[in-house]
Amino acid sequence: MEDKKYLFKRNNTWWVKVAVPKSLRNEFGFDLRQTTGESDLENALKYRDKIVESLKSKFKRDGRELSLSSAKYLEKTDISNPQYFHKVVDCQYACPAHTNVPEYIRLIAQKKYTDAYMLNWESNVFPGILGRVCDRPCEPACRRGRTHDKAVAICRLKRVTYDHKGDIESYLPEIPSEKNGKKIALIGGGPASLTVARDLLPLGYDCTIFEKDHKPGGLMRTNIPSFRLPEDVLDEEIYRVVEMGATLKTNSYIDKLSPLLKEFDSVFVGTGAPKGKDLNIIGRSKASKNIHIGIDWLTSIAFEHVKKIGKKVIVIGGGNTAMDCCRSAIRLGAKDVKVTVRSPYSQMKASEWEIEETQEEGIPILDNTSPKEFLYDDKGKLCGMKFEKMTQIEIDGRKKMRPTGEEIIFECDDVLLAIGQENAFPWIEKDIGIEFGDWEMPIVDKLTMQSTHPKVFFGGDSAWGPENIIWAVAHGHQAAISIDNFCSEISLKERPDPMTNLVSQKMGIHEWSYDNDISQAQRYVVPHAEMSKSLKDLKTEVELGFDEEMALEEAQRCLNCDMQTVFEDDLCIECDACVDICPTDCINFIDNDTEEKIRDKLRVPAINLDQSLYVSGKLKTGRRMVKDEDMCVHCGLCAERCPTGAWDIKRNSYKESNTLSKRITTKEIA
Amino acid sequence: MTFIKPLNHHPKLEKNNLGLTRRDYEGAVSSLCAGCGHDSISASIIESCFKLNIESYKVAKLSGIGCSSKAPAYFLDQSHGFNSVHGRMPSVATGASCANRDLLYLGVSGDGDSASIGIGQFIHAIRRQVNMVYIIENNGTYGLTKGQFSATNDLDSKNKYGDDNLFKPIDLATMAIQLGATYVARSFSGDREQLIPLIMGAMQHKGFALLDIISPCVTFNNHASSTKSYDYIREHNEAVGKTDFVPIGEEIKTSYEEGTSVEINLHDGSKLSLEKTDKNFDPCDAGKSLNYIREKEKEGKVLTGLLYVDSKSKDLIETLNMTETPLSQLHQDLICPGSDVLNLINKDLS
Repeated sequence: MEDKKYLFKRNNTWWVKVAVPKSLRNEFGFDLRQTTGESDLENALKYRDKIVESLKSKFKRDGRELSLSSAKYLEKTDISNPQYFHKVVDCQYACPAHTNVPEYIRLIAQKKYTDAYMLNWESNVFPGILGRVCDRPCEPACRRGRTHDKAVAICRLKRVTYDHKGDIESYLPEIPSEKNGKKIALIGGGPASLTVARDLLPLGYDCTIFEKDHKPGGLMRTNIPSFRLPEDVLDEEIYRVVEMGATLKTNSYIDKLSPLLKEFDSVFVGTGAPKGKDLNIIGRSKASKNIHIGIDWLTSIAFEHVKKIGKKVIVIGGGNTAMDCCRSAIRLGAKDVKVTVRSPYSQMKASEWEIEETQEEGIPILDNTSPKEFLYDDKGKLCGMKFEKMTQIEIDGRKKMRPTGEEIIFECDDVLLAIGQENAFPWIEKDIGIEFGDWEMPIVDKLTMQSTHPKVFFGGDSAWGPENIIWAVAHGHQAAISIDNFCSEISLKERPDPMTNLVSQKMGIHEWSYDNDISQAQRYVVPHAEMSKSLKDLKTEVELGFDEEMALEEAQRCLNCDMQTVFEDDLCIECDACVDICPTDCINFIDNDTEEKIRDKLRVPAINLDQSLYVSGKLKTGRRMVKDEDMCVHCGLCAERCPTGAWDIKRNSYKESNTLSKRITTKEIA
Repeated sequence: MTFIKPLNHHPKLEKNNLGLTRRDYEGAVSSLCAGCGHDSISASIIESCFKLNIESYKVAKLSGIGCSSKAPAYFLDQSHGFNSVHGRMPSVATGASCANRDLLYLGVSGDGDSASIGIGQFIHAIRRQVNMVYIIENNGTYGLTKGQFSATNDLDSKNKYGDDNLFKPIDLATMAIQLGATYVARSFSGDREQLIPLIMGAMQHKGFALLDIISPCVTFNNHASSTKSYDYIREHNEAVGKTDFVPIGEEIKTSYEEGTSVEINLHDGSKLSLEKTDKNFDPCDAGKSLNYIREKEKEGKVLTGLLYVDSKSKDLIETLNMTETPLSQLHQDLICPGSDVLNLINKDLS
């Protein structure tokens, strides 16, 4: 296995992550990240060292380098800091909304689907939607991918909670009949705005959602085809929020912000990144009738304005929108659909699973193919496209695409452009106090989501460009907290702490509250609908979801990473029982040293720097207990074999606070 | 909750020359009390076999009765094993060793099994120089019968219930040196750095190798007035030096000050190197070694490490001048002269 030090994978790209020395965390946060722009590990490795060096150079202070591996000996780990164990729960830590994944998977295993659904709903608002189309940053982070083979199918299990839940009416938060008198405008009816509304309505706010289309949902509705996300799922989860008491104004395009500022106490902008990029090359204007902007075309399909397309279709672009476009085209009756991507295949931006599904449907993806010219016949009708083959070269360590001179012509009836999206705020007056920075993007505070106008908050794609639904939800939670603070005249910097608890799971002799008999099975594959049927109908959902039996099996693959091994120095007699029983050789008793040396000296060297070392205080023999969190499978055998109870298994529940935290009536699961 | 150790292991777990990880040398999950010293010894045996690239099927585990004698179930689950009558493991080992000289015999016994009911057997196995590793997991108590004193318990110590021990202890290590054992070491289950090279040396030694390993009983003999507790041993442990096992073909890298180190060649070409803490100690001289042990005992210390070694002596197989091919592999024609020879003998008798 290659050395992946400093590297991690996000979407389809390898990133470099450098931990920030403790003394600088106030300033820089826990780590600094930068993309290598590579999806191929081998290539990413070439750039790694340079990027690490440049990131580390940021730690330089007054010309003096604050090295990562400072000569200091390891200090006892402070587990009273909730962030320590939070980071051990890889999936929850990776989720922007910090959904408590292991907890809901255990609830699934107990067939408590409704509880599992509500746990999701509380933190990510749209479990049914996200269970189908989430970008799933949790899965690449999943520990199982390191200890076994593939990650737990977290996203598919989320869908199971939606598919199998019962009536949730009694679980929903109460909406006060007496309002608090504060009026909030939410511009755009997408996930960010809906999350803000969901979080503020139970507090008595009067929320009004302005939606430009005739149905709310934003890009979730307009840009994700029904064969991936059925309309009834969308409607159920979107209207649940609306029915909590929001005023929904559809067909209400906002063309001026200032009137809203007068009428409302606060305004949230969740308008997304609604503008698809155009491709201005030769022939664009002449043949424009058959050239479509991908996201606009998908919207027209969603609202049934478009029902057919030509026989031969070319989709340009390598992201998820391109995948949705080509698959939609097939379903509208196109016979010959191809996707062209300018970059090499390995650097495509689309999620791995979407690329896979596209290819399973028989759609070719042609990489290193750059569009040059739209071709049209004498009547001005599009009849083909000219492309040029590209090759990637490296100049000064940076990758550049260079034309090879080789040209190809493909015949086509229609072209769909899916080459990116942009934000567009033509409706925001330039003189009302909202400042814009680079690329006409609003200046938004990373923590509070506040713009330079104190009353106006941004979230979702409209804040920092295209991301995905789960990020929009995370932004929505933070914006709601800010708006609540703002309306209550509390400083926006006063954020509620996460709610954390660390509770022993020991129930008696040899009795623990959770099941550590982890399934050694491979990841279960989700069944798909018959392709002969699904390729003919835009509305036939391709993925069928796990049935109950498969869901229960898949749930057993979860390693329960929230079950923390907690070590009590004073009780340890250094009998080594834990060292012997640990199936993954995580536990060591070792003389103290610098982190670098300790990592090297462990039973199995701890080369994954993303994962912490858990260090005890000085023990009787002068040694320290050092546990590498990287490969721990949370089986609890260390605690089971500990004669003195120095090891205990404690469940770490970590709940990111939102404005609802105190008022929600979801049953606390003990 | 189950107590089954998950099968998956650390993906970067080290492999030995046979392509095995140390987990391939494990046995069932221990049913001894959590924290038992015996489990640490099992882990050290596992580590030693892993490092020596031993093939499990070439090992026979032999034991008698007691907590210690259960331990072979918890390591080397691919090896041969024989769990014999109380105190009779040495006889079984003697017989087995004569029948198949090719196996590595690993006897695991306790202070009750060897110093009381089986002491006669113990003595004679040494006298005969059975080629085996004899491990005594010594906790000074009868753990399996609720914590009575055993014959190795020290005079001044009390049991868990506060009763005094009225009798002097038997020291199996000095006894073994006196009886002519050719590899004698004492160690502590809680000190693996010392224990593992000593086990590896014993496994490569030809002749009777005794390891007297103090192994605290967490349930009955780990209290403040015990002299076999983790704390007591850690406080009173005095090592004769640092032993290193040097595999075949590897050189001893460290150069020690003259007179402070001893190099012992084992019969297969590997070496033990001992960096001594005291120049006067000599592990190759039985008399001096016995004196040294006694001196340290008077000081109230528990002397650990390689106490005595003689790597040139004959073992039982050589003494009996047995065939190179193990008896168990000889064809019946060679072992049994046949009915013609029998008839001749019978004729002589008539």
